[in-house]
Formats: sequence, structure tokens, C-alpha cells
Amino acid sequence: MTDAAYNFAYLDEQTKRMIRRAILKGLAVPGYQVPFASREMPMPYGWGTGGVQVTAACLTPDDVLKVIDQGADDTTNAVSIRRFFERTGGVAVTTRTEEASVIQTRHRIPETPLTEGQILVYQVPIPEPLRFLEPRETETRKMHALEEYGLMHVKLYEDIAHNGAISTAYAYPVKVEGRYVMDPSPIPKFDNPRLESAAIQLFGAGREQRIYALPPHTKVVSLDFEDHPFDPSKADHDCDLCGSGSSYLDEVIMDDEGGRMFVCSDTDYCATRRARGFRGALSSEEDAA
Amino acid sequence: MPTTEALTGGFSDAPVQAARAFRAALEVMARPGHIAPVTGAQAPGLSGAASVLLLTLCDRETPLHLAQGSDSAALRDWVAFHLGAPLVPAEEAMFALGSWAALAPLERFRIGTAEYPDRAVTLIVEMDRLAPDGARLTGPGIATEARLSLPETAAFQRNNALFPLGWDAFFTCGDDIAALPRSTKVEAA
Ligand SMILES: [Zn+2]
Repeated sequence: MTDAAYNFAYLDEQTKRMIRRAILKGLAVPGYQVPFASREMPMPYGWGTGGVQVTAACLTPDDVLKVIDQGADDTTNAVSIRRFFERTGGVAVTTRTEEASVIQTRHRIPETPLTEGQILVYQVPIPEPLRFLEPRETETRKMHALEEYGLMHVKLYEDIAHNGAISTAYAYPVKVEGRYVMDPSPIPKFDNPRLESAAIQLFGAGREQRIYALPPHTKVVSLDFEDHPFDPSKADHDCDLCGSGSSYLDEVIMDDEGGRMFVCSDTDYCATRRARGFRGALSSEEDAA
Repeated sequence: MPTTEALTGGFSDAPVQAARAFRAALEVMARPGHIAPVTGAQAPGLSGAASVLLLTLCDRETPLHLAQGSDSAALRDWVAFHLGAPLVPAEEAMFALGSWAALAPLERFRIGTAEYPDRAVTLIVEMDRLAPDGARLTGPGIATEARLSLPETAAFQRNNALFPLGWDAFFTCGDDIAALPRSTKVEAA
């Protein structure tokens, strides 16, 4: 049941219309940051107020919502956002990627490939990929308008000169359909290839008041150089719980003696694999417990 | 005083009906060529689909242009009562509604600026027929290619050449909507 004290999905209708118009323009100009008048939400900035507003504008009572934080469904942040929409939107919720029609995420793209009909909503802290080069919004807006991305390439190349490789591991910048340079939010660059997706991807930055979007099958290219092609860099390890050799892993400290294990950051992916009988190097002890 | 016609034809359960209608609008704008049904509204002289789009997207903050043929006293009353959208000439419109012929010349409409390409009109084009055939569409939102019964191709090609500037269009027919954003490449069938 929806809590009658709230509007459907919390926001009032006029606010939802404003956000919806911004989302549609975002889809029409993939990778371009559409300004919108972000509203106060009953949660602090940094808890994904931009993503929450985009999700609120998209949800219908028929949706099945999944919320992940760093790949996990059970963090405080993910749980509180999920409860918020259960209460204000009356929507069904799930932890299963393939069952979800809308997925709100912070810092990961699910391992399970998304399909047509799904919407992935990203919580974005800093939407402007050029911000670290140029603090002034008026200037970055001009740079996007003129496709002045030379400085960005110079910065990345300096990185190669100093480190032998591009050291950016998160929020690795991409070029969308050969036009706009876009910040994919702080996902690991491992996830960048999955930005080309069958799902609709929407990005919401609350504090910075920006919405941007990637329609399905939009061309998304991670910035790189001919002599230093983009490398999504997979950890040289399998998941110690489910044995997956292709997923993004978190390193977990197990004890005071420095014992460590590597586990899938995507908890649903890992649990689903284990339920199907897949095992990792350290899973016997875990599963016996 | 507005006529009774002006007072009816709105959503009976706005939050839920608008949410469902927006989802359809989102799907079709994200997947050019895709056609989806919408229901729940009826403005005087318009298709149900165009009525639903107006109720879902327009309000006091969205200057609206009603092209010849769609514009009527009854519709103006309906817009005033349900949307409150200011009625404006084509040049000032954030949304514009009419048949393809009536919306011409399209050069009148806002196409955004280099720094704010989002400040461009959204056309709502009333169609006699809307089907997944005709012009070949490629670009963002389309896996390989899609087809849509566009009223012509040249205007869409000129608009696409302006990218990232340009207008975006919804097409409405009966209860169906489809869309074509400025990013779509259009070729004649
Ligand atoms: Zn695993």
C-alpha cells in the first residue's frame, strides 16, 4: 500500500513533469547535461537525491525496483532508498537484476546484461567530466558547446607520460555518439564497456542539478589513444565464493592476520551463481557455516 | 465561463496515469520508431494520444503553440483549465501541437543554443496513420534499424544535420505515440 500522506513517488506532479521534460531532452541529446531544478528530498545529498528524483519521475505502480550501492542490495543506502519507494510509490522490489524493471545504482553496473525494457538510473555526484580541468560552469559549458576536448586528452596523456598508463580507475570519461564527453559516474572503468546497453540509462545529479541520458544501443567510447588503448583492467583473480572469472571483485579483509578474499561486488550475481552450484576457492567454509 | 467540454477529458487519477503515460513517452523517445499506446485523456478536437501527452508534459511553465487546424476555442479552454500553459506563437513555444502541414514552416521553432541545446521545442504531430513502416531510422536508441511512417524525410534530415541543436518530435494517432529525436538519422524508404 502507498502511504497516503505522500504523493505518488513522493514528488508533486509539477516537479515530476519538470524532471520528465529534462529526461526527454536528455534522451534526445545523448550525453548532454540538462539542467533541472533539483528538489529537497528527505535524505541527505550524497545519498543519491538526483537518482532518487529521476527514479521517482519514471516509476509506475507496475514497476519492480532494485536498488544497489556499490553492487550490493543490502547497504544502508540501498535499503533506505528501496523502502522509500515501497512506501511512497507502492512498487514491488527485488534484488534480482533480471526481475527488475527499474534499477537505481550507485557506482556499479550489474554484471547480468540488462535487456530492453529495463531502466538503469545512476546516482551522480559530479556530472561534469571537465570540472577537474575547469571549475567554472560557464567555461565547461562553452567547452562542450565547441567540442573543446583537447585539454581532456592532454590531461589523460600526461597521465600516461607519468604513470605509463591512464591512472583513472573510476568515473573514466567517455565520448557519446562521437559528440559529448560524459562522466559515467564513479563506476569502475571495468564497467565502461557495459555503458553500451539495451537498457535506457539515466543519470541524475541532485546537488549539481543535472540530468543526462543514454538511449539503448548508444555508442559510448572510453577516451583513449592509439598507442594506449582503453583497458577495463580485470583483477587477476576469480571470485572466492562463486568462482566467477569475469566479474568485478571487491577485496575483503577476513581477519586480523591479514587474511583476504576476493568476492563479486555484485551481490545478486554472486548469490545467483552460488545458488546454481558454482563454487569459489574459499566457498566451502562459507557455505558450511 | 469555460464549457463543460473544457472541464472533462482530464486524468481521473493524475499521478498514476501521468506516470504510465510518461513511461510510454520515455520508451518511444528512447527507441525511435517504437510505437506505444497511452490512454486516459481527451481534449476537444485532438487524438487521445496528443491529449495524454499534453497532460503529462505541459503546465504553466511550458509555453504552448497550437497550430492552425488544432487551435479552437474549445481546446483553448481545455488547455487553460487542465494545463494552464501560456499559448504562444511558434517562435516562443516549448511545445507545439498540430498536423505536420500546419506546423510548417519548421524553421520558426526554437532549436536550442550551443550551450543549452535542451532549450528546443518538442513537436506533437497529429497523424492520420502511424505504423512501423516507411522511412529507415538509425542512431541512438536503435539496435540496427527501425521504420516509421514519417510525414516526409527531408525536414528530419535537415534537423538531424543541426545536431546537437534541433527540435524533437512526438507523433500521435488515436491512442498511439511514437517519437523521433533530433539524433535520429532518417533515410527515405
Ligand atoms: Zn562471486
